[in-house]
Amino acid sequence: MMRIGMDVGSTTLKCVVFDEHDKPVFKAYERHFSQIAEKASGMLRNISQQFPKLKTAQVCISGSAGMGLAEDLGVPFVQEVYATRTAVLKYQPEADVVIELGGEDAKILFLSGSMEVRMNGSCAGGTGAFIDQMATLLSITPEELNTLAGRSQRTYSIASRCGVFAKSDIQALLNQGAQKDDVALSILNAVVSQTIAGLAQGREIAGNVVYLGGPLTFLSELRAAFDRTLKTTGVCPENSLYYVAAGAALNPTAEVFDVAELTERIRRYSSSHRYQSSEALFDNEDQYREFVARHEKDAIPTDGELGKSKKAYVGVDAGSTTVKAVLINENEEIVFSRYLPNSGNPVPLVRAFLQDVYARFPDVQLVSGASTGYGEEIIQNAFGLEIGVVETIAHFTAAKKFRPQVDFIIDIGGQDIKCFKIKNGAIDNIFLNEACSSGCGSFLQTFAGALGYEMADFARAGLFADSPVDLGSRCTVFMNSSVKQAQKDGASIENISAGLSMSVVKNALYKVIRVTDAKSLGDHIVVQGGTFLNDAVLRAFEKEIGKDVTRPSISGLMGAYGAALYAKENGRGTGHILTAQELEHFTHEVRSVTCNGCQNHCRLTVNTFANGARYIAGNRCDRPLKKHSPTAAYNLYAYKHELLEAYRPGENRRGVIGIPMGLNLFELYPFWHTFFTQLGFRVVHSPESDRQLYDKGQHTIPSDTVCYPAKLMHGHMEALLEMHPDAIFYPCMSYNVDEHMGDNHYNCPVVAYYPEVLDANIAALQHTRFIYDYVGIHRRHDFPVKMQAILAKYFDPIPKAEVKAAAAAAYREYEAHMERIRQKGREYLLYAQSNDLPVIVLSGRPYHLDREVNHGIDKLICECGAVVVTEDSVSGLAGKRFPTTVLNQWTYHARLYSAAKYVAESGDKRINLVQLVSFGCGVDAITGDEVRSILENGGRIYTQIKIDEITNLGAVRIRLRSLFAALGLGN
Amino acid sequence: MQSKTPRVEFTREMKKDYTIITPNMAPIHFELIKNVLESFGYHVALLRTTGREIVDEGLKYVHNDTCYPALLSIGQLMHALHSGDYDLHKVALIMTQTGGGCRASNYIHLLRKALKKDGLEFIPVISLNLSGLESNSGFKLTVPMLRRAIAALTYGDLLMLLKNQTRPYEVNAGESDALVEKWIKELTGLFEGGKAFTQREVREHFDRIAASFAAVPVRRIEKPKVGVVGEIYVKYSPLANNGLEDFLFAQGCETMVPGILAFMIFKVDNRLEDIRLYGGNPAKKQLCTLLKWYFTKFEADLIAAVKKYPQFTAPAPYTHLKELAGQVIGYGCKMGEGWLLTAEMMELIESGYRNVVCTQPFGCLPNHIVGKGMIRKVKNIYPQANIVPIDYDPSATKVNQENRIKLMLAVATG
Repeated sequence: MMRIGMDVGSTTLKCVVFDEHDKPVFKAYERHFSQIAEKASGMLRNISQQFPKLKTAQVCISGSAGMGLAEDLGVPFVQEVYATRTAVLKYQPEADVVIELGGEDAKILFLSGSMEVRMNGSCAGGTGAFIDQMATLLSITPEELNTLAGRSQRTYSIASRCGVFAKSDIQALLNQGAQKDDVALSILNAVVSQTIAGLAQGREIAGNVVYLGGPLTFLSELRAAFDRTLKTTGVCPENSLYYVAAGAALNPTAEVFDVAELTERIRRYSSSHRYQSSEALFDNEDQYREFVARHEKDAIPTDGELGKSKKAYVGVDAGSTTVKAVLINENEEIVFSRYLPNSGNPVPLVRAFLQDVYARFPDVQLVSGASTGYGEEIIQNAFGLEIGVVETIAHFTAAKKFRPQVDFIIDIGGQDIKCFKIKNGAIDNIFLNEACSSGCGSFLQTFAGALGYEMADFARAGLFADSPVDLGSRCTVFMNSSVKQAQKDGASIENISAGLSMSVVKNALYKVIRVTDAKSLGDHIVVQGGTFLNDAVLRAFEKEIGKDVTRPSISGLMGAYGAALYAKENGRGTGHILTAQELEHFTHEVRSVTCNGCQNHCRLTVNTFANGARYIAGNRCDRPLKKHSPTAAYNLYAYKHELLEAYRPGENRRGVIGIPMGLNLFELYPFWHTFFTQLGFRVVHSPESDRQLYDKGQHTIPSDTVCYPAKLMHGHMEALLEMHPDAIFYPCMSYNVDEHMGDNHYNCPVVAYYPEVLDANIAALQHTRFIYDYVGIHRRHDFPVKMQAILAKYFDPIPKAEVKAAAAAAYREYEAHMERIRQKGREYLLYAQSNDLPVIVLSGRPYHLDREVNHGIDKLICECGAVVVTEDSVSGLAGKRFPTTVLNQWTYHARLYSAAKYVAESGDKRINLVQLVSFGCGVDAITGDEVRSILENGGRIYTQIKIDEITNLGAVRIRLRSLFAALGLGN
Repeated sequence: MQSKTPRVEFTREMKKDYTIITPNMAPIHFELIKNVLESFGYHVALLRTTGREIVDEGLKYVHNDTCYPALLSIGQLMHALHSGDYDLHKVALIMTQTGGGCRASNYIHLLRKALKKDGLEFIPVISLNLSGLESNSGFKLTVPMLRRAIAALTYGDLLMLLKNQTRPYEVNAGESDALVEKWIKELTGLFEGGKAFTQREVREHFDRIAASFAAVPVRRIEKPKVGVVGEIYVKYSPLANNGLEDFLFAQGCETMVPGILAFMIFKVDNRLEDIRLYGGNPAKKQLCTLLKWYFTKFEADLIAAVKKYPQFTAPAPYTHLKELAGQVIGYGCKMGEGWLLTAEMMELIESGYRNVVCTQPFGCLPNHIVGKGMIRKVKNIYPQANIVPIDYDPSATKVNQENRIKLMLAVATG
C-alpha cells in the first residue's frame, strides 16, 4: 500500500508519497500562508490526479502546525523531530548529529551515543523566520542575503539570543555605515551561534553532521558558517526539505484512509472560533465613519508656500526603518516632506531629499537644520546640519503644535515605542521599549509579509474583523507562536490582523508604560509614529484606554517636523547645510578599522564625506574621537577597576589558586585574594570578560535564559582551566555579608549557586581541583573553623591559627576596600557639588562593573558631562535601615534601595539614579519597582537600562540624553 | 521592617464574618486544607477559577517580569475581587510566604502593591508562614490546626499518588476521580469531628485509602511512565501548567507527581543544614528537629500503606532523596525547591519513571541551577533518563509546550 506523509510546519507544507516498495514517488513543498486546510487538500488532490488508481493509502501527519489538524481529523500524528529521526536512520545511517532549522524551530538530534533530541526553548527566537525578518530589514530576499554573505570580508558580533536583540544590533551597524555583505554574514553567524548556544548545551557536535530544513537547504553560506564554527564539513542531503514528511510516511503508526474522502474532510475542515477572542474594533460602518471624520480634523497641509523671505528649516528623522524629512517655512508650515523606507543607509536618501528641495525651490535659503533618530549623528555630520536633537524632544516639540496642552505622547515607530509624560511644559517621565518587548511597526510588517500581505492591506483587513484573536502582550518571538496557535485554532487572516494591532497597543501600554489603569494616562494624548497611521491600531488604542486621542495627519512625520521646529527655535545659523552644488559632488566613503585606544578594541566605522567631514561610529568611548569630557576622570566604575587591578599575585608557598572574575567575586576578590595570599597561595584571576571569552564558554551553558553575567562565568572557567592553577576557587554562598540594611542578607539564587551549574556542565572541571563548597562569610567567627575543614579536603592540613589570622586579614581588607569606595564616592560628590556638575548614581550589582556587561555605559554618562558614582558608594549615606514595601532580603538589593533613598532625599536635582538591569534578572522585577517608587516618592525620575549581550548603545544614549534634557541639564 | 503605613491586620472580629479568599495550587491538597480551616471557624473561599482573564489581571497588576506563579495567584485573587461575588469590606486574602532567598518570599508584598494600585489596600492580607515573618491577631496557626493541616497535606499526597497510579488503568472511567471526591468528603467530616489527624488515626485511614484504590478494577497494560517535577506552583497547579496531568493522561501515560510532604521536610531540614554548613547553635532549632521528626513519621506511614500493594509504586523516603542529591549537588542549595528538585528527578528515574517533565516558570532563578543546570549530571548517572524542561509563562503557548512533551513521549515509546 502507498504511504503518504504530510509535514505541516509553521510556514510551509511538505508532502511525500512512497509506493509499495518504500520508494518515494511524489513530493511537494509549498508555503501555506496559514491556509492549511486549503493547501493540504489541494496537495492531496494533486496526488490523486497523479496516481488515478490510488484509492486508499496509509497516512500520517507531522509538523508543529499539524497537531491540531491531525487530532481533529483522527489522523495519526508523529512529533516532527521523531519523524526526522526515522527518515535519517533510513537515508543517512552514518549520521551522528542532525541539525535541522525550520521556519520557527531549531533542532539538534544526537544520534550516536546516547540518543538525544533538543529543540529551541520558548525564548530562543525563530531561525528561518529570523533570517526572513533580517532580510526584510535589509530590503532583500533571503537568497540575496546568502549571496551577499558570500562576498563578506569581515564580520561583526551580533547578539544571537533572540531576533529582537539581533535586530537592534544590525540596525545600529547599518546606521553606522557597515557594509551589507558583512552584515549578511554576521546574521548567519548569529544563527549558528544561537543554535549552538541554545541547543548543544554542553554536548559536543562532532562526527557526521547532516543539515536539514529550509534555511540550511537554501542558504549555502549558512551551511558554510556552521562548517566553520563546528570545524567540520556537514552534508545537506538531497531532499533535505522532506525528511519530516518522509519520516511521517514511514511511521509505523500511520493508518489507512480513503484518500478522496480524507481530501474532502480536510478541505471542509475548519476549527471555528475556538481561540480566545476580543471585542470587534467597530460594531458597524457608522461607527467607523464617525471615527474617520473625527480624526480628519487633525489634518494639516503638507504643501505650504515657501513665502517671500524664502527662508526655510530642515528637519530629518533617520529612524530605524524609515527616513523622514521635512522642510518648513517661517510660519512653521510644512512646505515639502518625504517619508521613505530606510533600506539600510539613510545618507543617500537624505541627499536625494535635499536635492529635491533645491530642484523645487531654487531660491530657498536653508537657515538651519536639525536631525534626530538613530541616524542623527551621521546625517548631521554628512550634511552640515546645525543641531542634533534627541528624539523625545523632537516629538514633544511637534506634538505641542497640535495640542498645546499635551500631557502624554506615545510614538510607535518601526522599532521603538517612545512614551512620555509632560508636566509643567517639560518631559517628566520617559518610557522606551526595552529591546525585548518591541512589538512595533516592523513587527506588524513582518507578520504581514509572512502571511503574504502588504502592510497597509493587512492592517486594513482587521478593521471589520468580527472576533479578533486575543494574542496578549509580549515580544515578537513569543507572538510567532501565539499566531501559530491561532492559525491552528482556525482564526481568519482578518481576525489575526486585528489581534496583532491590539497586541501592539497592549504591548505598549502594559509592557512599556506598564499602566495599571489605561484610563489614567492623561487628558490630552497625542499619538504618532507611522504605526498609528493604521486605523486598526489607532482604534485599538482608543478602545483600550477608553478615550479619544489626537492623531496628527502627519503622524509618521512628527519626528522630522519636530526637528525642523526645533531648528527654527534654537538654530543660531552656525551650521552650513550643503548647497546644491556640494550635494552634486557629495561622496560618502566607509572604512572599518579597529581602535587600539584601549583593551576594548572597538570596531570603528569611519565615514568620510566629500567636504572632509568625518563621522566615527562603533566606539564605546570618546578616545578615538579625541575629545574629552570634563567628568571623564570622575567615574567611580573606573576607580573600582583600578582598585581590583592592584591585587597582584603573591608568592607561591602552598600552590596557585585561580579565581574567576565574575558575579560576586567582583566584590569579594579583595577578601579571597587576601585570605589565600596570607595562607601562602599565589592567587590569580581569569582575564577580563570580552566577547571571545564568552564564546569560549558558550557551549556549556545549560539554560539560555539565565542572565548574561552568569553565562560569562562559563568563559571564565575555560580561561582559568587554560591557566592550569592548582585549584580553582569559586564558593557557593547562600548568604552574603550582612550590612544591616535589610531584613536578611541573601544572595540571589544565581549568584548563590552558579558554581554548582559550572561543575555540572563543564566536563573539564572533573579533572581539576574545583573548590565550590558552601561558605558562610556572614558568620565571621565560624568562618575560619569551617574554612579550615574545607581546605583540608583539597590541601595538606593548615594550622587553625594560620587560617584564623588569614581570615582576620581578609575581613579587614574587605572592609578597607569598601571604605575606599565610599570615601571616593564622597570625594566625587563633593567635586560635583563645588563644580556644579550633574551626578548619576549608576546602580546595579558589583558585577555590573564588568565592561562586557555594562557595555561602557559608565563612560557614556561621563561623556554626557556627569560624574558617575556607584550604588555601594552612596548606600551608606542614606542613614539607618528604613521601611520598604517589599521584603528587603538581598544584600546587593538593599544597597539599591538605600542609594535610591539617598538620591530622593538629597534635595539636589542634579543627583539622579540610573539602574542597570541584566536581562533575565528575576529579582530586579521586584527591585526595579521598589527603586522607582522610592525615587518617585521623592519627586525624582527613575531610569532603568536593561542590558544583555547587546552592544547597541544607541537606545541607551537616547535615554540618557532624554533624561538630561528632562532635567534641563544640557542636551 | 516593612511599610511605613501600618499593615492592615486580620483581627479577631474579622474572623467572625470575613471570607478569606485563597488562591489555588494543588487542587486536592488545598481542598482538604480549606476544610481544615473551616472546621476552625474561618470562612474560606478557595478559588477554582481558570481562564485567560486571570492571566490578564495578573499582567495588569504585577510587574510582567515577575515569576508566573506570582502573576497567576495575584491575578486569580484580583479577578475574584473584581467578580462582584464578594463584599469587598468583608473579605481577606491569604498568601504563603516561605522566607527563602528566592522571589517567592515577596509575593505577599506584590499582592499588597496590587491592592494599593486598585485602591483596595483596606483588605487585609494574611501571610501563611512558619518563619514568624508576619502575624495577625485573628489568624493564628495553633498547634491543633497545624496538626490537622499537616495531616491534610499528607492525605493529599496519598490521594494524588494513588489516583495517578490507578486512573490510567481503571476499567470504569471516572472511578478513581470519584474515589478522590469520596475521600475528601469523608476526611472533611472526620476533621470536623476532631478526628483523623493523630498518627494512629492517620495510619488507619492511609490503609483504608490504599485498600480502596487497590480495589478499583483495572486493566494493567504497559503505559509510558512520566514523572513531573518543578517549581512547586507550576508543578501542581493545572492553571499554571495548562492541565499537564490531564494532558499526560490523555496521551496515555501514567504520571507520578512527587508530593508536598518531602518539600515540607526539606524546608525544615534546611534550617538544620545551615547550622552544619555555617555554624550556629542547634539547640535554637529544636522546633525544626521536632517538626522534621513529626513529618518523617507521616512519611513512613504513607510509604508503608502504599507498599502493601505491589501494583503501586511508593515514593522514596526523604532520607533516600537526600542521599541521591548528595551525588550531584550540595545540601546548601536550598532556595526555591533547591536540591530536592534534582533529587526528585533522580528518584523518579530510579523507580521506573525515566521520562521526566521538569516544569518551571519562565526565568525561574533557582531552576536555572537545580533544574536545567543539573540535567547533565543526572543523565551521566542515568543514561536512560529522558528529561524535558518546559517553561511556563503568560505567553508560552500550549501548542509549543505540548509539542515538546510529545517529542519526549516519542522518545519514550520509540
